[in-house]
Amino acid sequence: MIGIFLAGAFAISLGLFFNRNKLVNYALLFVFSALLVVFSIYEYNHINVIELEFFKPDSIGVLLLFALTIVSIPVIIHGERYIETHNVDETPKSRAVFFGAMVALISACAIVLISGHIAVTWIFIEITTLSASALIYHHRNLRALEGVWKYVFICAISITFVYIGILFISLSLKDAGIDDMSFDSLYANADKLNPFWLKLAFLFIFTGFTAKIGLVPMYTAGIDAKDKAPAPAGALLSSILMNAGFVTIYRIYAVLSHTSLQHWANTVMIIAALLSIFVATVYMTRIKNIKRMFAYSSIEHMGLVILGLSAGGIGVYAAILHIFLHTLIKPTLFLQFNQVYWVYRSKSIYDVGNYFKYNKVGAILMLLAFISATAMPPSGLFISEFLIFQSLFEAHFIVILLVVLLLLTMIIWGFGKNIFKLLFTPPLTIDETKIPHISGWESLSQYALLGLSVYLAYNPPVVFVTLIQDAVKLVQ
Amino acid sequence: MTDILLIALAMSLLYISIANRLYTYLNILVFQGFILFGVTYLTLTKISTINLMLIMLETIVFKALAVPWFINHIIKRNGITREAEPYLPNFVSLIIVTFITVSTIILSSSIKDPNLDKTFFVVALSTIFTGLYLIVTRKKIITHVIGYIIIENGVFVLSLAVGNEMPMLVNLGIMLDIFASVLILGVFFNRIGDLLKDPDIDHLRNLKD
Repeated sequence: MIGIFLAGAFAISLGLFFNRNKLVNYALLFVFSALLVVFSIYEYNHINVIELEFFKPDSIGVLLLFALTIVSIPVIIHGERYIETHNVDETPKSRAVFFGAMVALISACAIVLISGHIAVTWIFIEITTLSASALIYHHRNLRALEGVWKYVFICAISITFVYIGILFISLSLKDAGIDDMSFDSLYANADKLNPFWLKLAFLFIFTGFTAKIGLVPMYTAGIDAKDKAPAPAGALLSSILMNAGFVTIYRIYAVLSHTSLQHWANTVMIIAALLSIFVATVYMTRIKNIKRMFAYSSIEHMGLVILGLSAGGIGVYAAILHIFLHTLIKPTLFLQFNQVYWVYRSKSIYDVGNYFKYNKVGAILMLLAFISATAMPPSGLFISEFLIFQSLFEAHFIVILLVVLLLLTMIIWGFGKNIFKLLFTPPLTIDETKIPHISGWESLSQYALLGLSVYLAYNPPVVFVTLIQDAVKLVQ
Repeated sequence: MTDILLIALAMSLLYISIANRLYTYLNILVFQGFILFGVTYLTLTKISTINLMLIMLETIVFKALAVPWFINHIIKRNGITREAEPYLPNFVSLIIVTFITVSTIILSSSIKDPNLDKTFFVVALSTIFTGLYLIVTRKKIITHVIGYIIIENGVFVLSLAVGNEMPMLVNLGIMLDIFASVLILGVFFNRIGDLLKDPDIDHLRNLKD
């Protein structure tokens, strides 16, 4: 099936790239969505079965593959809306490049999720960089160029770091006398690997993947990318691409968790996570660009996820739940931002306001999405964040817990200040005649995503819990 | 013989740290490409001939000829000034690069692993860190790209150290080379040249909070 998916996705991506006809474009995207659904159901039914030698859909991969499918379909629909309705300078060619790159990005992320070999993961991470850069450069102006240049350069360096990490893993394998670099073989022989090289490998691979997952030190490129990319692409960059980075870090961490290096790895990850939350706090309390604010909010959540992972115990479960729910919630904000932009034609917090007056359905959604993203009940993230705090408490990281709580309070303040300005304070200057009518249907998929996140957190189906529990077993 | 070549590579790093003109940088890239060609030939004795030919072809065609030629083309096309414009004086750069090399030697002497060829390790690491240093301390975008290519050369040396056991990894490294160079140089640098007449990093400083 992976072979079919790869070939199909490649063909569809190429087809989208060369096709200039609108109807064919719709048809191809529909086929791709159907392929994604079939693919994720098939992989769920063939969990832990190795395919084509290098691919093994384990529980965490399948779980996040479901999240990817759920998010990708509304993003594709909103991508069409983005290109069609409110952008006058779109040409058939720009549409072709946009959707070709989007399909390539989604498929590459899907393959990363279920790859069972570190080198294969690495190759597909390269493809995500390539396709993401085409999406970021969609508007072809100087600002977009700057964003894409920074993104490409930092991702190139990060990918080199990951490669160095892979080389160090191969050095650590020499001691154990094996040359199979699949994750399964690494888990099985974890205690035989040379700890010194494994340590270095973890450092380099973790640092490299922080560019994708969005943590200190390499988070910067992602922020500019999400700011400059069209909002539907930003939704993908801040959800499924981050998941692709997370899955790989999770698998490498799982290798270390079978050795005596687990404690050391936890320390490294806690430092990165704390710094990320700190950076997110600093920027979110003074930021004036709404899209960048959403991007920094993702940094904060990834920090929490990694914190939960390194606290251990219930924290690992909470981390996976958190990243799943975040995958549903963050695209909501980005997709909704499109409507905000149609009303005000600006990203700056100074130009917006009184959103309730211009788009009621969207404004209610914005409020709900804000509650969801800041993990206030009844948000789904409340459950996972609560469990993460519990795990920190149980691991006796009281000081860290206090610091994080303080920082999160400041984030809620900064986030809330801007969102309430957007929703209630009247804007200084606005030409009300130019505001387009926005149908309530545009917000339907976002409501569905938010509803799903609440449902999954408070009333999780057995299948969902079993998948997370299986995924947790990888680490402990 | 391998050691001599690798040490020559390390010496080229010292030279690049005090180089003033962009063409000197390019000549050093060509020089490093030829050295890597030689090291590949001498080191990878246990892999299949076709694979060895592929790797050597990549080093000579891609690293030593195509990339420097292309950068040269970009410099001419965009009329980039010939100065490298470092933020720090050359003397300080020289000291720092020396310091990098010495500290990698000290680091490697603390490793007790019989499987590791330490010359490879030292040269690779100091090349990688020198590349990073060049990126941080030079002003032009084109020197950032050159710094990145130097990092890649270092990574390539490191991959040669394990190349006999795992030729797949060397091939991956070559993929990285081609991917990153084509992406960075081919697609975007051409665009930057179209949009910006003087590709200076200062023009790409608008995105901030």
